[in-house]
Amino acid sequence: MELNKNKSIGRFLEGNAMVILMVLVAIVVGILRPNFISGANFNNLSVNTAVRFIIALGVSGCLITKGTDLSAGRMVGIGACVSATLLQKADYTDKFFPGLGNLPIVAVLLIAVLICVVFGIINGCVISFLKVPPFIATLGMQTLIYGICLVYTGAKPIGGLRSDYTQIANGKLLENTASPIQIPYLLIIAIVCGGLMYFLYNKTRHGKHMYAIGGNETAAEVSGINVGFRKILIYALAAALYALAGFLLAAKSGGTSVNMGQGYELEAIAACTIGGVSVNGGVGRVSGILLGVLVFELLKISLQFMGVETSYTYIVQGLVIVVAVALDLRKYLAKK
Amino acid sequence: MAEYRLEMRDVSKAFPGVQALDRAQLKLRPGSVHALMGENGAGKSTLMKCMFGIYKMDSGEIYYEGEKVSITDPMDALKRGIAMVHQELQPVPERSVAENIFIGRYPTKRWLGVISTIDHEKMFKDTEALLKEVRMSFDPKAKLGTLSVSQMQLVEIAKAVSADCKVLILDEPTSSLTSNEVEALFLIIEDLKAKGVSIIYISHKMDEILKISDEVTIMRDGAYIGTWDAKELTTDMIITRMVGRELTNLFPKRENEPGEVVLEVKDFTSINPKSFRDVNFTLRKGEILGVGGLVGAQRTELMEGLFGIRSHTTGEVIINGESLDVRRPRDTIRKGTALLTEDRRQSGVMGVLSVEDNVAIASLNRFIKWGIMLDGKKIRELVSDNVAKLSIKTPGLKTQIQSLSGGNQQKVLISRWLANNPDIFILDEPTRGIDVGAKYEIYCIIADLAKQGKSIVMISSELSELIGMSDRIMVMCDGRVTGFVDGKDANEENLMTLATQFS
Repeated sequence: MELNKNKSIGRFLEGNAMVILMVLVAIVVGILRPNFISGANFNNLSVNTAVRFIIALGVSGCLITKGTDLSAGRMVGIGACVSATLLQKADYTDKFFPGLGNLPIVAVLLIAVLICVVFGIINGCVISFLKVPPFIATLGMQTLIYGICLVYTGAKPIGGLRSDYTQIANGKLLENTASPIQIPYLLIIAIVCGGLMYFLYNKTRHGKHMYAIGGNETAAEVSGINVGFRKILIYALAAALYALAGFLLAAKSGGTSVNMGQGYELEAIAACTIGGVSVNGGVGRVSGILLGVLVFELLKISLQFMGVETSYTYIVQGLVIVVAVALDLRKYLAKK
Repeated sequence: MAEYRLEMRDVSKAFPGVQALDRAQLKLRPGSVHALMGENGAGKSTLMKCMFGIYKMDSGEIYYEGEKVSITDPMDALKRGIAMVHQELQPVPERSVAENIFIGRYPTKRWLGVISTIDHEKMFKDTEALLKEVRMSFDPKAKLGTLSVSQMQLVEIAKAVSADCKVLILDEPTSSLTSNEVEALFLIIEDLKAKGVSIIYISHKMDEILKISDEVTIMRDGAYIGTWDAKELTTDMIITRMVGRELTNLFPKRENEPGEVVLEVKDFTSINPKSFRDVNFTLRKGEILGVGGLVGAQRTELMEGLFGIRSHTTGEVIINGESLDVRRPRDTIRKGTALLTEDRRQSGVMGVLSVEDNVAIASLNRFIKWGIMLDGKKIRELVSDNVAKLSIKTPGLKTQIQSLSGGNQQKVLISRWLANNPDIFILDEPTRGIDVGAKYEIYCIIADLAKQGKSIVMISSELSELIGMSDRIMVMCDGRVTGFVDGKDANEENLMTLATQFS
């Protein structure tokens, strides 16, 4: 009996290693730096997490079908640049399109999404029809989009964004009221995205087909699933999410440049993997992805609070990726 | 010299939720063939993996040549002279036959006394000698991937033999061999036996067991049932002891009545000139059409061609009077056709997915409500219905399919297609690698489907199964149909004659 008890505690620790680690980190930093646990910091964390979560959601579909998307970061970049160039203040001196009037914000978002979706569809087609491995296909797309973005912006930074646009990323629900709880719009947008993706992954045919393709692509094809079409949809949807993330990031920063989003794909892939999205395909949950992103952002903020120099944070992040995945894999290895 | 080469005493091993081995035993004499039998899940493979050091046993003892030993890992086992040919091959298809045989222990030569490199010449020469020894003649330099599955299996056996072993474990060695190759394998086994090697032979094929083995140990539910002299045993006795009850009939009674023609195939020819060609046949409503032939007769390729997995050049497929342009599986599935593929692992099972998802995946279209959402409740109803109807043994609907036994996985795949309510059901080796009890259950399902008016095409390499289950048997050889035999008139001779027409 005693042995069983120990075993089940061990299994619990293993199964929830990431959550436990996270809580521990939060407690330790909270004790050492009391203002760590504050409304302002929570706000900061949630806003940072929100955008990364949206990107990770996009990548997750690719990972679940045993693919990957290395063009994510650059798509975020082009999404940000397109949005920013079309939403500058009318009286801004260095305006990208000097004669441009005030476009509706929703229309600009749609344009950014549309442009990225075209790239996503190309990704999907190259992978499905030309059978180029996703790693290579999206690696090519990454460079290609960067080039397009350079040509489009002329490598100039873009600033002077309209305040109604920046307000989307920096504003809060119930702001300027007496309410003690003010919720950042970004958080709400991320929650809506998460909810929609949860629905898509768990309650629709698309989701079931996606998991089936990841579980066994040949079997999926034999079962009558249109594998090519599903993959194109997955890469297109991912691109739409990157575009949204880019749109929000530009607004959040109040400006952008071609370098926006660089390297984000790797962070997103790492977060997904930490969150239990299996690189062997067929496995991955929205809640896990959220957890993975949270771990990452919490870690960054904690290190910041502890006064660790940014250069060192990369070293820690790299270690965490490997350790987290190794811990996660133990769940499966232990069964042998 | 001890009486036994190797002895396993009271070996127990538990996995979470299941006692895989419960005081199992095995006594292996030198220079003999010892068959290990039992249903899937009886613990045969687990016992072998304990012997080979892949699993650590919870309790029990192993005596090797009279001495108590503990085998820590496969390397240790190999050093002691225990070799194993696994049921699932682990080849490196992009490398040569020789490299696959000598993997991990390549012969080396030294340059200038310091730099050690692989001695390819010696490796190829040794391989050639070795292949000759086991009566095989492949080019040692050929890429392993260019060989057929059965040839790869023989290479795997050669590899085990080359390790100069004293104990050789063969786990289902003949599952993909043709009967000629099986004969060749038996000669190899006889040679090894004469050299004093002890062979443990795991198989589900009764005739093979009775032919080749000296002693038979039977296991059930992880426990040792007994060891008998093979000469004293009959098929019935083995089955009774394996399943723990009398199996009076190997095949269920069929009450199907073949009706009108539902499928007509005309001059069907593959895009690959070496594959099926000029195939003509018809299938009736409620008929079970067996498809026989040797491995390599292109039966699987033909069925995959009809289903739209492989391309064809000419030919016509007519389903219910309607000519169909077969391009992709979706085309035929829509017309009420289902294909249970030969290789469960490669093209059937979605391992990490749940039983529920594996059942429902091909019929999700039927469960969409409000235009987009899946009706989870109805799906669960369908799945639990099927699980009950086919008596699938699973801890739950959310259990990963890969943790079920082969027979239960097969039943899950059958219910995947049943959920689609097909009229034509193509079954490719539906009972391969499945134990006797589950086999009978699958026969019953097939007979029942035919009775309901479904048309069945069943590929099988077991002649008894073809004869026992089919209304009509189509025999293929070398990509062509060589003849049809009525189920009542079929016997092993006339089927084999047709199956070897061109060889």
